[in-house]
Amino acid sequence: MAEYSLFSLIKNAWNGNRDWKPAWRKAEPKTDYDVVIVGGGGHGLATAYYLAKEHGITNVAVLEKGWLGSGNIGRNTTIVRSNYLLPESIRFYDFSVKLWEELAHDLNYNVMFSQRGILNLAHSPAQADDYIRRGNAMLHGGGDAEWLTPAEIAKKAPGVDLSASARFPVVGGLLQPRAGTARHDAVAWGYARGADRRGVDIVENCEVTGFLREGDRVVGVKSTRGEIRAKKIAVAVAGSTGRVMKLAGIDALPIESHVLQAFVTESLKPFVDTVVTFGGGHLYMSQSDKGSLVFGGDLDGYNSYAQRGNLPVVEEVMSEMVALFPGLARVRLLRSWGGVMDMSMDGSPIITTGPLPGMYLNSGWCYGGFKATPASGWTFAWTIAKDAPHAINAPFTLERFHRGALIDEKGQGATPKLH
Amino acid sequence: MLITCPYCGPRDLAEFSYQGDANRPRPDQHDTDQARWNAYVYDRSNPAGPHREYWQHAGGCRKHLLIVRSTLTHAIESVAFAGAQGATPQAPRRAAKGRTKTGPAKGKKP
Repeated sequence: MAEYSLFSLIKNAWNGNRDWKPAWRKAEPKTDYDVVIVGGGGHGLATAYYLAKEHGITNVAVLEKGWLGSGNIGRNTTIVRSNYLLPESIRFYDFSVKLWEELAHDLNYNVMFSQRGILNLAHSPAQADDYIRRGNAMLHGGGDAEWLTPAEIAKKAPGVDLSASARFPVVGGLLQPRAGTARHDAVAWGYARGADRRGVDIVENCEVTGFLREGDRVVGVKSTRGEIRAKKIAVAVAGSTGRVMKLAGIDALPIESHVLQAFVTESLKPFVDTVVTFGGGHLYMSQSDKGSLVFGGDLDGYNSYAQRGNLPVVEEVMSEMVALFPGLARVRLLRSWGGVMDMSMDGSPIITTGPLPGMYLNSGWCYGGFKATPASGWTFAWTIAKDAPHAINAPFTLERFHRGALIDEKGQGATPKLH
Repeated sequence: MLITCPYCGPRDLAEFSYQGDANRPRPDQHDTDQARWNAYVYDRSNPAGPHREYWQHAGGCRKHLLIVRSTLTHAIESVAFAGAQGATPQAPRRAAKGRTKTGPAKGKKP
């Protein structure tokens, strides 16, 4: 019987819910592991889970400097999608959506993945051509995409300003029906529980303060809870990549850390049942199951490790929201916060062996890390177990920048704030 | 965030546009070494703490500025005109003649 099931729910309800086990143990770190994963966010936990499940490697520790879910896994706008143009991205993110579709069953944990679709609104004929081209690339890559006319958009998302007098009139929209949202905290908790049940030690409040070296080779970490040695050290620390890799003596990477803000309004009655993005600027919004509108826009646009942003971007995002949904002008904002994004030089991630012997790096997620959580963990676990990338993540190397093999969806070049 | 422009005084962040990391010395234009150019274009030190960076006062005097700002707190340590003496990270050019990106700041300070 699964640990969480209708039967176990009834049984525990009868005896006062005394028999539930914690979702994961508070593990004490051992001194030696096969694999140590630095970073207990979504990607680190997913990596531990797939190492145990797919490769039978269970002598693994996940080291988290704060508490689980305190980083970007708990700070994102929960959107899952694979509406990309380039074949490498389509293959990777579509694989991720396929894992999402089975994730709740796989983890025996309700991650509340809701395939409510994502609708990219286009506001000019040129933008429509661009989106339709991307939709065709998605179909060609085995994904799903539909082009909606303004009349169809009016049915799908009734609050959108479709009037011809809008500052950016809507000419159509690209819908990916299989996209959607998920409960972000549940993803961290579900992976943590799945990894824990397979024997992985999840060590919270354990900050890595240095790396143990034997010559070039990395053989362990120094942490606030003592030295921990391991055959393989995997780093999946998103916005903190620069700081952690400096501890290993890697001073230059094709990454800049930037701050991205997100916003939540007071709860409303059902207003929109899909994810909507505004092509006249940069805005993405959806409605959570609690009724709040969850939305965000552009990066603040300067290097930052502070998990908070500044007001010009707040004003810009709000003005875009009101341009798109004039009916929301008087809705009150409840909360806003910031997260640190590891912006790469081409907007695509890095999942690779190295850059030092004994080390593995998972980074460069820009602001698309949440949707990639399952595929990132799956391919990173493969890369760690086999000492070589899987075909799906083989293009996402660290060397690609110096080889000119960029995967630049937006064609912005080496300007991280624009990806 | 307020930035104190040497010309215009303290102004809102919205008037400024970020132009990126100022820690990367641009190789000499005649340099043909691929690795140096790759490092210049793609590699960043991305420090957590004081960061030398370029901004432009795009909504004001349009001067390019060299700012030292903490990436941990956003607190600004110093603001100077980019290209002023000692403020440029550029490697020495072969010929100093010809146009310069930003004029010398001497005598222009209020």
